[in-house]
Amino acid sequence: MSVTKGQIRSWSRMGQRATFFGVAMPELAKEDESLMVLTADLAQLSNLSRFAEQFPEQFLNVGIAEQDMVGIASGLAMEGYHVFATTYASFLAVRDLEQVRQHVAHLNLNVKLVGTAAGVVAARSGIAHWASEDIAFMRALPNMTVMSAADGLQAYYMALYSARYDGPMYIRLSGGPGCPIVYDESYVFEPGRISFLQRGSDVALIGTGLMVHEAMETAKLLEQSGISCTVADMHTIKPVDQHSLWEIFNGHRLIVTMEEHNVVGGMGSAVAEYKATLANTPPQMLIGFPDAFSDAGAPRYIWEHFGITAPQVAEKIVKRLRGSEHD
Amino acid sequence: MKMKSIQELKDAAETARIKMVKTGFASNYAVHFGGALSSVELLIFLYLKEMNYDLTCREWAERDRFFLSKGHGVLSYYTVLQMAGFFDEDKLSTFQQNEGELSSHPVRNLELGIESSNGSLGQGLSLAVGNQIIAVKKDRSYRNFVLLGDGECDEGSVWEAAMCASHYHLDHLMAIVDRNGLQSDGTNDSVMSLGDLEGKWKSFGWETWKLDGNDLAQIDAVFAGIDWNNGKPKAIIANTVKGKGISFMENNNDWHHRQMTEKEFQQAMEELRGR
Repeated sequence: MSVTKGQIRSWSRMGQRATFFGVAMPELAKEDESLMVLTADLAQLSNLSRFAEQFPEQFLNVGIAEQDMVGIASGLAMEGYHVFATTYASFLAVRDLEQVRQHVAHLNLNVKLVGTAAGVVAARSGIAHWASEDIAFMRALPNMTVMSAADGLQAYYMALYSARYDGPMYIRLSGGPGCPIVYDESYVFEPGRISFLQRGSDVALIGTGLMVHEAMETAKLLEQSGISCTVADMHTIKPVDQHSLWEIFNGHRLIVTMEEHNVVGGMGSAVAEYKATLANTPPQMLIGFPDAFSDAGAPRYIWEHFGITAPQVAEKIVKRLRGSEHD
Repeated sequence: MKMKSIQELKDAAETARIKMVKTGFASNYAVHFGGALSSVELLIFLYLKEMNYDLTCREWAERDRFFLSKGHGVLSYYTVLQMAGFFDEDKLSTFQQNEGELSSHPVRNLELGIESSNGSLGQGLSLAVGNQIIAVKKDRSYRNFVLLGDGECDEGSVWEAAMCASHYHLDHLMAIVDRNGLQSDGTNDSVMSLGDLEGKWKSFGWETWKLDGNDLAQIDAVFAGIDWNNGKPKAIIANTVKGKGISFMENNNDWHHRQMTEKEFQQAMEELRGR
């Protein structure tokens, strides 16, 4: 099916979570009776209220009990169901991590873990509601595929793909209502492959999630200083697209990874792990949360605090290229 | 091999203990003897009398499911699965060995009759709740049995699942608590008091029974009176003796997890064969 400009605008207004559960999930549930969606008392906030009414047999609210939710999801998957289990990424990737590891990952179960409000979407709620280490936790689990959506359209495509994919997957949704649009209607989502937004020759900016848009803004600023940039979207963080990364490493002077996540164990680490196995690659700057917590505030306030906004990143890159900073 | 009479089941329990001691000793490694020996009668009853399964079709959709939530109690579990015909006796010699499928905590393997992976406590009941929800949706009549340790009931996730099971009226789900009164660091009362354990399950909306879990006649009598269609999940508080059947292991928490010496092995075998 083809997507229209109007839909893309509408999904940006709704945000990634509402697009995933409010738009894609009903389409998928209609096609697949064995699809089940589980929530831990966040049906309304996950835009699942209508789904619950339309598909009562394919919906289960387990109460405020995330560990139980993943146990139940595993029990359903062991009987052949295609299960989506969702709550805030901050809870989903941490509180029930052991159940995820012991059952979903180890037994390679068909459970899709959809973490919402990842990064600092719930910025004012504070650390309890931020997911800034979730990629690290999930990426460390064997069998687990990890994806992170850049905009509403990509979240929609991820939902369609994840329903066809057989095995464990963690899907990281961030951008709330009014999230930026990265892709237009010509976009073709290729799971497992890095998406290139523009090609340049000096600096490669590799972003994931909301940082893809921020990488595009960074590239605009750098181009004003005559620095030619590639902008790449690493929406599939695991498995790593080695082929595309190899091309990137061979065509640039500096690699910059940008994520709304701790620099320890995130997408930048995944890139660095592969890069470390190769000879003669350019240096890498890891942009993300600098292994620190911060006070609560507006999302932009927190990004600025950690120095991950486009102007801050552009400035760091310019300094780096001038050789005046060695980080 | 299904059995009918209490005497047959009692004999099978004695046979199981002999096999367990042999298997545990031969593994040449520490074993969770105490919590495995306490649950022998419960497992014998379930597998040799109560549960429905088909050895010629191990993934039969209507089979009753069993989840060993107290995953460390595997020695009796593997032994009873073997006696029920899921695999040959030779396989018990692979217990805790390299490349063996019978590890010291179970890993899901339907061909061997092992329904789930367990080891980290407090997770089995949720799996069974999920499984039972599917049974209801698909209008299937199979039952789910979950064996929990009493110490395991310290885990909060047990109670998340307990609440969910009664909310969804899962009357074909049964939790059996192996109430041997001991956990790794000592008695339940000294480590974390469970208080009125039966009352706790009851207050979560479960129908409950209390019985002597090492007494096959009592187990049999309780099962004979169960109404599987009353809308309530079922919990049996099975009072047992940790290390049951071997004098120096009974109620001796040194045997929570320990390796047997040659001398201890001989003594255990003499006691078991002497009966």
